[in-house]
Amino acid sequence: MRVSYENKLGSIIFLMVSCLLIVFPLVYEDRNLLIIFTQIFIFAIFAMSYDILLGFTGIISFGHAMFFGIGAYSMSIFMKRFEPEMLYVFLALIVGVFLSAIVSYVVGLLTLRLKTHYYAMLTLALANLFYVGAEKWRSLTEGADGFTFRIPDFLRERVNFYLITLVLMVLVYFALKLFIQSPFGKVLVAIKENEQRTESLGFNILYYKIIASIIAGILASIAGALYAISLRFVNTSVFSIDITLDALLMTIIGGVGTIIGAVIGSGVIEFSHYWLTSLVKLHWIFERWIIFFGILYILTVMFFPKGIVGALTALKRKARHEKKHDQSDKMTG
Amino acid sequence: MMSTLLKLQQVETYIEEFHILQGISFEARKGEVTVLLGRNGAGKTTTLRTIMGLNKASKGQIFFGNEEIQTLQPYEIANKGMGYVPEDQGIFGELTVEENIKVAMKKDDSQSLERLEWILQIFPDLKKFWQKQSGLLSGGQKQMLSIARAYVKNCELLLIDEPSKGLAPIVVEKVMESIQEMKDKTTIILVEQNFMMASRIGDYFYIVDEGRTVYDGKMQELIGNKELREKHLGIA
Repeated sequence: MRVSYENKLGSIIFLMVSCLLIVFPLVYEDRNLLIIFTQIFIFAIFAMSYDILLGFTGIISFGHAMFFGIGAYSMSIFMKRFEPEMLYVFLALIVGVFLSAIVSYVVGLLTLRLKTHYYAMLTLALANLFYVGAEKWRSLTEGADGFTFRIPDFLRERVNFYLITLVLMVLVYFALKLFIQSPFGKVLVAIKENEQRTESLGFNILYYKIIASIIAGILASIAGALYAISLRFVNTSVFSIDITLDALLMTIIGGVGTIIGAVIGSGVIEFSHYWLTSLVKLHWIFERWIIFFGILYILTVMFFPKGIVGALTALKRKARHEKKHDQSDKMTG
Repeated sequence: MMSTLLKLQQVETYIEEFHILQGISFEARKGEVTVLLGRNGAGKTTTLRTIMGLNKASKGQIFFGNEEIQTLQPYEIANKGMGYVPEDQGIFGELTVEENIKVAMKKDDSQSLERLEWILQIFPDLKKFWQKQSGLLSGGQKQMLSIARAYVKNCELLLIDEPSKGLAPIVVEKVMESIQEMKDKTTIILVEQNFMMASRIGDYFYIVDEGRTVYDGKMQELIGNKELREKHLGIA
């Protein structure tokens, strides 16, 4: 299967930037920046998982926070109830992944037969069910108040955790790239373009959608677990619609259906968030930073519907086309 | 007498509240090109979609070989050996020509590769633009890709919906030639408005009107019967 020039270039740049980011904490000591980058890596994993649904299968889910929350709570409950050791971190990850896989399978089976808008609404309702469930099951979740927990010493070291999340993000990126380039990934793209045509070629659409949904759910759960570790705290906000909207925003701003766009989108959103909240001293409006994200979202959809990556790719193609045109003009002239 | 590959018996189909097929019956024999003719809105496309399971038959039976298929899902019907070329071509524009074909092929066994090689000989343009994003192909090339994609998946029966629609005459000629060559390899049900083209490659015809088959016969009969053509198709 073909890998486009832009695709290769994107992966090479991503790898080079990742290498630079590995040495970053060794040469530049800034705790705040380290935390922001860690958040970016975590949300990049989450946004990439969302891109599998939105960008490659055409599934618009408003309930992706379900899996993020499952991962976050699995990790937090394990860390609170057991000793903060790496063994339990792995166990918690496995439990989170397992639960997310089951939930995404069941939810997929129940909802993925529906048309896009009905599916979107139903996932929103299910995510809300999880949110309310977490609020009510206080003995386990402690509701909106949440709880803090200890984590293994190895992960307490910010640089270690930064490097772990970075490496995980890189692994997820390349794994998803391979997945999308595989015959299975091409069927997902075909489904996104035209479900009926894909089905009339002999593909069981539901099966493919469920697999995509399980993969996305598992990755979102891993992101949720990492997020909980980074905060050493969890509350029911991990199940909120805001988390899903973050993923949606990151994917759309970065560029839907590109994987790398999700990473860029995560960077843009997290840095903007940090920068806007730091401006609170200047004007109270910056407390409501979400307003600016709303404006950014509207502008992106209006002027760059394909996001940052899509816009850059279009510019590059245009430049290449013009260059080709000039060369042929010179040859004929 | 050739054996029947596909048989529709009194099939009825609704699209929302509209009663489109009102008891259509016909059969396609192995190795033949069966042409469905009729005016716009007669129900020809819905017939093909109903055979593929994309529109569900509310009444009647559809037999593929000896098996009843009207309750099956489209992918199950396709996997029984049916290929469908829709009127809007239905290619996957984001994928390359190669990817479109490989997605349909599913496997790289010798039989599939043989079919691929054969179809690429028929449509050399596809080979030429193998790595090109299929959304950027011309209308004729998209049609060729759509036919090739349906053919490579080892189908016993190919349903082709208006392959000449919106194409330049020279391209129509090329597409029709290719269908003619495919006749030896697979059974075809063709929906076509262009009677000149349909009459060249069809063996047997059915005239569809208001969701029913109102007349059928050998294509030669229709070619020689001006009155029949005028009555049912509105052409001299």
